[in-house]
Amino acid sequence: MILVIAEQQQGTLNRSSLETVAAAQQTGADVTVAVLGADVSMVTPALALAKVSEVIAVQAPALEAYTLDGFVAALVQVVQAEKPDHVFLPHTYQTRDFAPALAVALGMALVTDCVAARWQDGALVAVRPMFQGRLYADVAPTGAALVTFQIGAVRADSLVPGATPAPIRIATIAIDASAIRQQPEAPFREAKQAVDLTQAERIVSVGRGIKDQDKIELARQLASAMGAELGASRPICDAGWLPMDRQVGSSGQTVAPKLYLALGISGAIQHLVGMKGARTIVAINKDPEAPIFEVADYGIVGDLFEIVPALIKELQG
Amino acid sequence: MKIAVCIKQVPTRDWQPRANEDRTWVRDQDASFELNEPDAYALEEGLRLKEKHGGEVVVCSAGPARVAQALREALARGADRAIHVEDDALAQGDAFAVAGALAFAMRDEQFDLVLTGLQSDDQGFAQTGVVLAGTLGIASATIIMEVDVRPGAVRVKRELEGGWFQFVTLPLPAVLTIQSGINQLRYATLKGIMSAKKKEIRKVAPPAGVPSRQRIISLYVPEKKKRTQMLAGTAAEAAGQLITKLRDEARVIS
Repeated sequence: MILVIAEQQQGTLNRSSLETVAAAQQTGADVTVAVLGADVSMVTPALALAKVSEVIAVQAPALEAYTLDGFVAALVQVVQAEKPDHVFLPHTYQTRDFAPALAVALGMALVTDCVAARWQDGALVAVRPMFQGRLYADVAPTGAALVTFQIGAVRADSLVPGATPAPIRIATIAIDASAIRQQPEAPFREAKQAVDLTQAERIVSVGRGIKDQDKIELARQLASAMGAELGASRPICDAGWLPMDRQVGSSGQTVAPKLYLALGISGAIQHLVGMKGARTIVAINKDPEAPIFEVADYGIVGDLFEIVPALIKELQG
Repeated sequence: MKIAVCIKQVPTRDWQPRANEDRTWVRDQDASFELNEPDAYALEEGLRLKEKHGGEVVVCSAGPARVAQALREALARGADRAIHVEDDALAQGDAFAVAGALAFAMRDEQFDLVLTGLQSDDQGFAQTGVVLAGTLGIASATIIMEVDVRPGAVRVKRELEGGWFQFVTLPLPAVLTIQSGINQLRYATLKGIMSAKKKEIRKVAPPAGVPSRQRIISLYVPEKKKRTQMLAGTAAEAAGQLITKLRDEARVIS
């Protein structure tokens, strides 16, 4: 049996939870889903529509707000009671916070950021990117493992629905709230973002390949000639070359424009998750093996400092 | 306050990894190596906290002999001393092997705060810091964008997804995994490089019996799912083809 740990916030299911259920179904194993919170009755019915054996509502007052210690205390009890062969989780920031501590507490392996999993000779094999996605590795964990799945790697629409809703069981568990070391405050957003890239029809985005802050102007000229907004990968915003509200990727904005033109962006997964929904993707990069070409419709391998002026000239001509 | 910064040395970003003969690791004989970028931000944060609160910054790394170069670089930027768990096998180790080695080397140091990058650019486990905290039996918080040390505690700004953040307070000692962009990096000065030569790098033999919990059975180039039209020729030719295709084929510009 594979136990999937679904994620919810304030009664809204994180959509990557369904992707992870689909990943578990695709191994052919029986699937049980658990979801944690003070009261998760808002999300259990949606989970029960999937073809799974059971949905477990893991509830305790101490799980109202997410804390690492609270989640680990709860999940140690759930895993020890259910004895799954493996535990699957979405590779969200929340999972990244607690799953390694859970692996330590349970003495289990933790295989992160996987794009697929299968049985091979009776054992689980998980597929994960390495070296910034340039290589994939088939990985065999030792014994029972926690396996986390990259957002978007398995499509939620490949989820197999059940013939009838699965049973929902409420597991009320005891957590010693005084043993929780993290004191969380309410989540917040920074001052309202000045630039809403999510509404842009076209985006010209720059990455490390631009090399120099002064060269951002070149990208700005191309964006202007194309009627596009200017975006960037994380390192450009980290360096302060463009403000954070221009950032596309898992920690910035998720965009789906008609055209996304990536200039000197290698295509780390944190960037790809934020833009691979674009209808047409163009990649210009000097490295023919850059992962950005994996998602590109059109690619040019070459020096962007020669190609961008040529593009501007072509658009203005 | 006594701060540890755990760093990893990784192949440079422009290096093309190739699988070795039996496809269980890469042929990295031709690679050049650098300090893992998120770890550089962790180091910078450690140095800033020391400047504010006093104390010392100790850089720690677990890996082959070449790792000494990254430790020397960290010492040149301002760390006070270094600990190196030296073992060739650690280059391929998982988070449990590496965190186990680091915890072993750090066990008698009584650090107040342990900082490390949120993930490495090579294996990208994104778990070593939290596994280290679990192994040391201390609290942790991840993907940190701000660190405010208070008496016996630390209040940190955690990055959540999609532009959300959250402040969390946790007791010291604690492990924090640092997000890139938390600060602006400094680089080593000539004076720093000179003084680094005199700073101590303590070598520690790896602990026995801390195996990896996962093993690579095959390493390969991912199969391409999308058909990419590659546009060749001179810059002008490629640009001309692209604009034509965006206008007439994709119809995304006018």
